[in-house]
Amino acid sequence: MAGGYKYFEAIEKRALLLGVFTAIMVSLGGLAEITPIFMAAHAVKPTLGLKPYDPLRLAGKDIYVREGCYLCHTQMVRALRAETQRYGAFSTAEESVYDRPHQWGSKRTGPDLARVGGKYSDEWQRRHLLDPRSVVPESNMPSYPWLSQALVDGADIQARMRTLRLLGDPYSDADIEGAAAAVGGHTEMEALIAYLQGLGIANEPAGVSANKQEGTP
Amino acid sequence: MPKTETYNDQVVRLFLLAAAVWGIIGMSVGVWVAAELAWPFWNFDVPFLTFSRLRPDHTFGVIFAFGGSALMGTCYYVVQRTGHTRLAWPRVANFTFWGWQLICVLAMVTMPLGITQSKEYAEPEWFIDILIAVVWVAFGAVFFATLARRRIRHIYVANWYYGAFIIAVGLLHIVNNIAVPVSLWKSYPVYSGVVDAMVQWWYGHNAVAFFLTAGFLGMMYYFVPRQAQQPLWSYRFSIVNFWALISIYMWAGSHHLIYTALPDWVQSVGMAFSLVLLMPSWGSAANGLLTFNGSWHKLKTDPAAKFMVIALVFYAASTFEGSMMAIKTVNALSHYTDWTVAHVHSGSIGWVAMITIGSLYAMAPRALGRPAMHSTPAMELHFWLHTIGVLLYVLAMWTAGVTEGLMWRATNPDGSLTHAFIDSLITIRPMYTVRWLGGMFVLAGMVVMAWNLWHTAAHARAKLITPIPVPIPEPEADQSPAPLPAMG
Repeated sequence: MAGGYKYFEAIEKRALLLGVFTAIMVSLGGLAEITPIFMAAHAVKPTLGLKPYDPLRLAGKDIYVREGCYLCHTQMVRALRAETQRYGAFSTAEESVYDRPHQWGSKRTGPDLARVGGKYSDEWQRRHLLDPRSVVPESNMPSYPWLSQALVDGADIQARMRTLRLLGDPYSDADIEGAAAAVGGHTEMEALIAYLQGLGIANEPAGVSANKQEGTP
Repeated sequence: MPKTETYNDQVVRLFLLAAAVWGIIGMSVGVWVAAELAWPFWNFDVPFLTFSRLRPDHTFGVIFAFGGSALMGTCYYVVQRTGHTRLAWPRVANFTFWGWQLICVLAMVTMPLGITQSKEYAEPEWFIDILIAVVWVAFGAVFFATLARRRIRHIYVANWYYGAFIIAVGLLHIVNNIAVPVSLWKSYPVYSGVVDAMVQWWYGHNAVAFFLTAGFLGMMYYFVPRQAQQPLWSYRFSIVNFWALISIYMWAGSHHLIYTALPDWVQSVGMAFSLVLLMPSWGSAANGLLTFNGSWHKLKTDPAAKFMVIALVFYAASTFEGSMMAIKTVNALSHYTDWTVAHVHSGSIGWVAMITIGSLYAMAPRALGRPAMHSTPAMELHFWLHTIGVLLYVLAMWTAGVTEGLMWRATNPDGSLTHAFIDSLITIRPMYTVRWLGGMFVLAGMVVMAWNLWHTAAHARAKLITPIPVPIPEPEADQSPAPLPAMG
């Protein structure tokens, strides 16, 4: 006992040694869990058949991010029967490759939105965002009336697309050039609705949804 | 011979003041957002008052502004006392105070304006993240430089935890926030989708581990023996728990992503490590509680000790709960419900806030040059307001969470779902009112504490404080086993 403790005492009396060992011990878990996923994600990417967000939906996604919708809505249908029954096919990793940051969420004060696209009309979505209790009387969701007053800024979206291209999202020069026209005159409300209506439809890689139905537990 | 060396308690007092102010601000925002969930009227259709914009102000306000100020203040206090030395680099120490306050103000102002990364618990945008990294490195430099000039060779265990807290939080913060700016107000993380989710919850879970656990355990390991007036129950046990805790916690983050699109093996590893994590967590809680063996009578007279004991009980309870919730079958029910919210708050207002309040009550009179807090009955009142508040909050959210989990999965005999989503919200809505009430109790207690601190600080405000001299110990060849925390 005493002999072994002698070596350990070295750590208890040297701040540098203590710091170095602490740094090593806290790094192991992250290295083991994040590195393989990081590698796998990079290997998977080219095989996708999935397009990055078009300019209007990109603007809508960033409004969703800005308003903090992720605090009450998940975008992650778990591989559980009650979930697939309620929301649709379970979510796959490929669906969110263009989500920076991911919008999987951690809390459902409201329902999951991963498959909300097409479930309600644009008009329903608009009324719901303006005043949720006009369509769902018991809802406790806040209203977002300011979205219908603000216009999406074309130059800003182009800057965002250029940054995303830098990070590896496959936008072409033509995509970026046409972005200003694509969002021109649209309100933030329209952009957000375009994003919501694409969820579970436009963000699925080609052919995945058929396979997924079979995989549903 | 230079004049007597004294402890630098000035920066400690500043952090103490900041902790009290941010505690009230952060918890007021919490009460406000709780009211918004119960009565959406409180959103007022004003963008920066809307729940989804304001909630990050609550979490940042209580974790980083309140908790961060309390941690940095007590860390500076403890590292001086346990090393018998004055704080190194006083200017840098002052910079860490003003830098941290600037960060908190910037974050609290920008996030409700929609300037946010929307990475949960790491919402501030890139320019604030850079400031955080700079101040954090400065904080680490002051801490380790002070440790380097200590007069007691053996490094007391509280410093181990503070050190791990500084190193790990620096690492987590930097890795999680790597982003490419689009403009001053907007950036995109380099990670996307599943990688971002894994990095985010590696960060998010370990912010809990190292900010809200290791840091506060450092606080506990100094102030609990100090308040119990007894040595730690087992010093070596605290060291064993240290290595186990810091290494195992880092593996457990993936339990936030069970049954998601994260690869299954990572989910299973996260679950397994979460179960193992129960050992060092309960070890730390037991070590703290058993330190009170022989001085349990203090609970009759000393509200600070009472806060510490209940904090340790909540720590044991919420880490047990956390390990259980990481089990896949339990998680299938609990995840995404208010059960998670209950768990977080039994950890944060039960463990973190109570050990902080207990430590502040223990530290404040000494740092403010007074024999005791201004009013013991006010401390007693604070204790009961806080305890009732936590219990109301946690019981309401447990009830709500389990109800939601059961209603979401209920099926009719023909296999169809029994409830629409909105049914679960209607059912638990009264619980949101109870939760708000619990928050009001906790906030009221904080106001009582602020009043008490203000009066205790009468001498400090009148600049009548004499700095406390550092006791210079006789040089000793071998000080094992560890020395007790110094009187001070």
